[in-house]
Amino acid sequence: MSAEAISESNAKSDFWDGVRLSMPVVVASAPFALLFGAIAVDNGFSVLEAFLMSALIFGGASQMVGIELFGQHVAPWLIVLSIFAVNFRHVLYSAGLGRRIAHWPVVQQALGFFIMTDPQYAVSEARAQSGETVGFAWYLGLGLPVYVFWVIESALGAVFGKLIPDTHALGIDFLLPIYFLGLVMGFRKRPLWLPVVVASAVASTIAYKTVGSPWHVSIGAVAGVLLAVILPPHHSGVGERP
Amino acid sequence: MSTTFWIIIAGAVATYLTRVGGHLVISRFDNVHPRVEAGLNAVPAAVLTTLVAPAALGAGPAEWAALIVAAAVSLRGGLMSMFLAGAAVLILARQFAG
Repeated sequence: MSAEAISESNAKSDFWDGVRLSMPVVVASAPFALLFGAIAVDNGFSVLEAFLMSALIFGGASQMVGIELFGQHVAPWLIVLSIFAVNFRHVLYSAGLGRRIAHWPVVQQALGFFIMTDPQYAVSEARAQSGETVGFAWYLGLGLPVYVFWVIESALGAVFGKLIPDTHALGIDFLLPIYFLGLVMGFRKRPLWLPVVVASAVASTIAYKTVGSPWHVSIGAVAGVLLAVILPPHHSGVGERP
Repeated sequence: MSTTFWIIIAGAVATYLTRVGGHLVISRFDNVHPRVEAGLNAVPAAVLTTLVAPAALGAGPAEWAALIVAAAVSLRGGLMSMFLAGAAVLILARQFAG
């Protein structure tokens, strides 16, 4: 085999490794995509608009908030600002992921950031931590199925929205927290993991009860990150540079 | 073009800015300070926790059981097995606890 053929077959197997890891995310997000489509149409969106929103924004929580505000006839600029606020955590992900994909061509980086979601970032970060390279083919395998299913299922939800059976009995509303807990647990070997988790849990819960959603996400996240910044570097496992 | 369409476009632009923004700011610095690096390393646990903690606190026994079992499974197994175990416990517990 020529060197080119070898690297191509590596890229293929990397892609399918990513696809395999994407499956829990596809399963966990499916009900939300369907639900989003159904709610969107219920709040006055057309099927095409629901489809467009999923295809262009691709951020479940922010889409739900946007749709909810739209249904309440809130001013358009406030809807956009709320979408921005819910997605603001991506700024932190972006800074972290940028370190892992700096070796990609710029166009690939631009696309990579477009499909970056919570699990996409977390699974990539876990791979980088285990010493493996975050390659474009692998990253695309991880992200593309989630994107494609999300967009298709949103449109399906918009068309067939009223047909979803009892979502509570199926546990659908609580699948994502379980999945996110799994991601949190996956980082437990990191220095400062427990203090960071405790700080974020306490701060986000207090913020949730006082300031309200969606700000509890940013406030809780900043609390955990600040703790890691403030504690002396020898605790955080990051050596002082020579 | 309808207002709805423009809301979607503006929301998409705002969202993409959050997705590239952090990288564009950080990549301007040649050397990342150790404290900044420590902060970045804390990002996944910090953000993901905020997506779990308030939801867990506002939930009931069925959800708590699911989270506890899922967390226990995650100590030994992978993400998929912990997820399936948690989902199974959740569905089962809700049949009884509502």
